[in-house]
Amino acid sequence: MSFSMIRPVLVQLFKKPFTNKFPVKYTPKSTTKLLEAVGEGKAQIIPPVETPPGFRGKIQYDKEKCTGCRLCIRVCPSNAIEFKPKEKKIKIYLARCTFCSQCNDVCPVKCLSMSNEFLLADTDKYSKDMIVE
Amino acid sequence: MTEKTTYRLPIGPIHPALKEPVQFEFEIDGERIVDVDVSLGHVHRSIEWAGTRRNPIQNLYLAERICGICSYCHPVAFSLAVENALDIQVPDRGEYLRVIQGELERMCSHMLWAGVAAHEVGFDTVLYLTWQMREKLLDLTEYLTGNRVTKAITMIGGVRRDITKDMVPKIQETLDYFKENFEKIRHTYLDDKTFKMRCQGVGVLTYDDAIKLCAVGPTTRASGVKKDVRVDQPYFAYSDLDIDYITPDILTGEIHGDVYDRIIQRLLEVKQAIDLMEQCLDKMPSGDIVAEPKPAKLLAMLKKAEGEGIGRHEAPRGEVIHYVKLVSGEENAYTWKVRAPTYNNILPWIPMLKGEQIADIPIVAASTDPCMSCTNRVAVVDRDNKYILNKEELHQMSVEKTRRLLK
Repeated sequence: MSFSMIRPVLVQLFKKPFTNKFPVKYTPKSTTKLLEAVGEGKAQIIPPVETPPGFRGKIQYDKEKCTGCRLCIRVCPSNAIEFKPKEKKIKIYLARCTFCSQCNDVCPVKCLSMSNEFLLADTDKYSKDMIVE
Repeated sequence: MTEKTTYRLPIGPIHPALKEPVQFEFEIDGERIVDVDVSLGHVHRSIEWAGTRRNPIQNLYLAERICGICSYCHPVAFSLAVENALDIQVPDRGEYLRVIQGELERMCSHMLWAGVAAHEVGFDTVLYLTWQMREKLLDLTEYLTGNRVTKAITMIGGVRRDITKDMVPKIQETLDYFKENFEKIRHTYLDDKTFKMRCQGVGVLTYDDAIKLCAVGPTTRASGVKKDVRVDQPYFAYSDLDIDYITPDILTGEIHGDVYDRIIQRLLEVKQAIDLMEQCLDKMPSGDIVAEPKPAKLLAMLKKAEGEGIGRHEAPRGEVIHYVKLVSGEENAYTWKVRAPTYNNILPWIPMLKGEQIADIPIVAASTDPCMSCTNRVAVVDRDNKYILNKEELHQMSVEKTRRLLK
């Protein structure tokens, strides 16, 4: 057959779409109302596709363990980590973070780790959710 | 008597048909292209400048962001250069893992290109079919490295993540999927009437032109030039593997150097990549994956190091070269020079496009798999004056820069 795509296209017509309809199947009229409804348990959100093991998501910081050695600041490619000299602890700006996890590798006490949380959109890059300390 | 004249057709720097900023000036006679001029330099990002203000470990992630599709080959070429300068020996297992990552990226990139090529000839159904298959590769990339695109897998002296025994079945599963479906893609691309009509005999790059204009990668190999860094000067574990030059005559028995041959070339390279990955999984020895597991120690080594190094890697688009100069007492690199493969594949556009029709511009331009943003290294900015530097002036400037670096 000279038109080789006809068969795959016809087969595709009867297949379920691959796309995961996250977070809801249709765009809601009002996002705030939808979120309220989800909060009250009236509506449900379709969960996102699961992340594989070893996924690099939002960084997590164990403040107690940190010794303030500043090695993570030296290797961070985007200068997302700030040192707080008084407390000798660090502050990570997620808006700048590139999720390379180089700081996790270099940390001598392993106080940094990557979670699988990836929904980090925010309108304010200095909001509470976007700063890890 | 009226004289028939040609007219000029500028396309770009910003144009709906172009994915990235590049400017073409066509000399058109009716529908036929008489002459082409290409001008670059619209997306200079000062990456090399930024690179000399960061230490080499930070630079790995900056190099990764030179190109979104080649997010493995740039950092790996950079670390090859640093390893060359520091004389670091990568452990055997690390070398094999680097081959696996490199070939996985080649598959991803060629499948992406195949989809784009289908889109450029106006055959979007095949674009979706190809990218549906590519999704499997992206899932595998995410599984092996942690993210889909920016892999962050390279480390100076090895790789950052190992492939354990329980990860092998998933890799094998994906490779088997591609082996089973290879015939399907081959049939879709190579037997289809639409593709044959649009691609055969279009955008021809002859063997002589390919050599004269120093084309690299699949672009040059599709014209029959046997040029491949993996075979010419084996690095990583390529010397232990069964690898040979791929040219389109393996499948068809003849070389035309047209767009159709470039499609064949890339499909064959996908097949070769599957084979190489399987060989690696078979032969991979056990042991360390990185020469220096402590980045802090590596930074101390880099501070003491003095010297220069070159890293060459056969990226999906061709040979990528990184040059690094380190001076003792400084953690940051003194100089960093990147030559992306597209740089060599720009001039071959001119013989390819001459004599073609306007409607063939997108597919011919896309057939070298151009990546304009990766290529831009020089920008001369002066508000109203237009600079045109000729060959002698450029040569003089390059001599001056080399002397400055040698000081």
